[in-house]
Amino acid sequence: MNLSYSAEYEQFRREVRAFLEQHWTAEDKAAVPPPDPGSVSAALGGSNRVDERATTFRLKAIERGYLYRHIPKRYGGGEQAPDALRATIISEEFRRHDAPFEIMNQGAAMLAPTLIEKGSEAQRQRFVRDTLLGKIVWCQGYSEPGAGSDLASLRTKAELDGDHWVVNGQKTWTSNAQEANWMFALVRTEPDAPKHDGITYMLIDMRSPGIEVRPLRQMTGEADFNEVFLENVRVPRDSIVGERGRGWQVSRSTLKHERALIGSPTFARRTFDGIVMMAQAIEIRGHRAIDDPVFRNRLVEIEGRLLAAEYNSLRLLTASARGEDPGLAALVPKLHSSTLAYDVARLAMDMMSDRGCLYPGEPNAPAMGLFGRAYMWYFGMAIGGGAPNIQRNVIGERGLGLPRDARR
Amino acid sequence: MDFGLSEEQTLLQDTIRRWVDGECTSTRIRTVMESPTGHDPDLWRGLAELGVTGLVVPAEHGGTGLELLDAALAAAALGWGCVPGPFLGSTMAAVALAASDHPDEQATWLPAIASGDALVTFALGEGLGQWDAAKLGATVTDRRITGEKPLVPYGDVADAIVVAARDEDGPGLWIVERGSAGITHTPLKVFDMTRRVSMATFDGTRAVKIASGRAAIDRARDAGLVLVAADAFGGAARCLDMTAKYSLTREQFGQPIGAFQGVKHQLADLACDLEPSRALWWYAAHAFDHLQDRSERHAAIAKAHMTDLYDRVTRYAIELHGGIGFTWEFDLHLWFRRALFDRAFLGEASWHRERAAALAGW
Repeated sequence: MNLSYSAEYEQFRREVRAFLEQHWTAEDKAAVPPPDPGSVSAALGGSNRVDERATTFRLKAIERGYLYRHIPKRYGGGEQAPDALRATIISEEFRRHDAPFEIMNQGAAMLAPTLIEKGSEAQRQRFVRDTLLGKIVWCQGYSEPGAGSDLASLRTKAELDGDHWVVNGQKTWTSNAQEANWMFALVRTEPDAPKHDGITYMLIDMRSPGIEVRPLRQMTGEADFNEVFLENVRVPRDSIVGERGRGWQVSRSTLKHERALIGSPTFARRTFDGIVMMAQAIEIRGHRAIDDPVFRNRLVEIEGRLLAAEYNSLRLLTASARGEDPGLAALVPKLHSSTLAYDVARLAMDMMSDRGCLYPGEPNAPAMGLFGRAYMWYFGMAIGGGAPNIQRNVIGERGLGLPRDARR
Repeated sequence: MDFGLSEEQTLLQDTIRRWVDGECTSTRIRTVMESPTGHDPDLWRGLAELGVTGLVVPAEHGGTGLELLDAALAAAALGWGCVPGPFLGSTMAAVALAASDHPDEQATWLPAIASGDALVTFALGEGLGQWDAAKLGATVTDRRITGEKPLVPYGDVADAIVVAARDEDGPGLWIVERGSAGITHTPLKVFDMTRRVSMATFDGTRAVKIASGRAAIDRARDAGLVLVAADAFGGAARCLDMTAKYSLTREQFGQPIGAFQGVKHQLADLACDLEPSRALWWYAAHAFDHLQDRSERHAAIAKAHMTDLYDRVTRYAIELHGGIGFTWEFDLHLWFRRALFDRAFLGEASWHRERAAALAGW
């Protein structure tokens, strides 16, 4: 155990700060109008910006080895030895400075590592760099109306016709399909094989003729996710990742990265720090919310869970740097963090007392109603990448060695 | 930066676990817990030979001079094994003596603690939830202590007690030897028969000062909080492990009950909360020696967090075992009782959470 910020790390922090001061200026920050305060972009701050200034900045940060440290340089990453403390310093300083950071979307966080792991050299060259810079936006074509938790029963089919696959079917709950340039999808190519062996992992250009995107409105009121209809969509033969019929195995790799993305306690930490500030600012019945003994206790109760999640992620980083198998510790973060994020937002709702019922944007809503938005939005975290009971099956079976139940 | 155990720490943890699994059979635990004092000198001697009693005793006094994290790993292994005995009070006393600036008292007691020749325990709480060093009622005048300590771990069998009290200079720590005039011990009947507690009253009892100021008391208390958190983790991990194994062998409706999602999901939820919490008490223990500005708050949070979880895990473990889990013969209630002790001793979770809120400046 060594968590000390030795002189070497303090020096590193100063370097990162100097870099940020120099390359992400007040002018850069002001160049783009701030997003709608209730939106997910606002929650992420400047970190997800993809305009030209942000791209120029990101390229410099990658060059310095500050971003995408786990991705090789030849594919557009920062390529650095794993060092959890350096990574933490970078993330802290970039956040403090509200600078563009690693893009938090499915392409950068999930597809890029999958291509590094399982893709062809041509696919890595073609996609990884632009994905990391947010120039290519991906959507994930997994779920179908009849294939949710039982994903392997998916029916969207692809048949070979000369040099092309011809894809027909329907995908659903597809986040970002309206903005996406590309989709990574699971399609059935071997209709006669057992269900897990008939699936192929395919990269589909969203501009292809025959693709229709229909927005679906979520409970939050916005339409971030969609239905995607594919009718005789022609996809070049070499657009598959891994072997034909081995897509299920490739998708396990993506899912691992998705769970890591959702399992990160970052969202819960931001919301928690936000509600502490709010609790110090708002009044209920003549006293500050933070002075209420019940809220104080609930805050610390939740902070205990949050700290456990954060230290567990440090433990996972160390295990990965040492090449150790962290076992259960790696299986639980998604369920743990999504439950935690929900409970953090729920506490915020309670602290607002009667004003908790006000919709985001109402002038009287504390923190512009941001926490109410988060309260609903966190259902997306809980369900995306496998609903909570699927996570419980994974933890029970792979973590605790319990028997699989009757599933075909 | 490295958030993990060293090879030596992994070895320490595994060695104690192996010893515990071998020595502390259910029969042995029950023999000790049903004995009049609840203390088994042979078991304690065995732990001393392993080095467990001297983990935080400095090397120049015959210990291994390790850190609180090492002691916490030992506490977790003892919690796993439901090991009866005075480890908690003894380690709190060792922490206090190791930090003392009274070399004579250190030379008298520390080597004996490390070798297992002397059992020294720690007396802080004064009843009705009072564990605050600033509000002590026990007083020392002319090197004589007077006051009441209603919850002293193994006070009746200890060779000496480190007592938190105050004199004209304020709070401090004194050591009182067994058999000194004016001490009365009243053994108490407690839920957890593997950690005995007695009431000690001092009436002008001779006491030697080992530390001045409330910081010395707070440090020993914080060490205790972390050790309780680690004990709770170890015990909870064992109960979860026992229940997962039971659910593989116990068959109902023609299949192991662990195949039912009702059972599987309950166990998964417990694992989901328990496994990350390991990193919380690791951090709190590490902070005790290395990040002192965070140490007090993390100790409070870890104790509250782990003992809440311990209660929850033991409760579901017993329920998932069904009727057998409710019997005296089946061992699960021993951990349930340990959870009761861990929750109550050194103060309840909500008080520590309030302290943590205040320490954050909220």
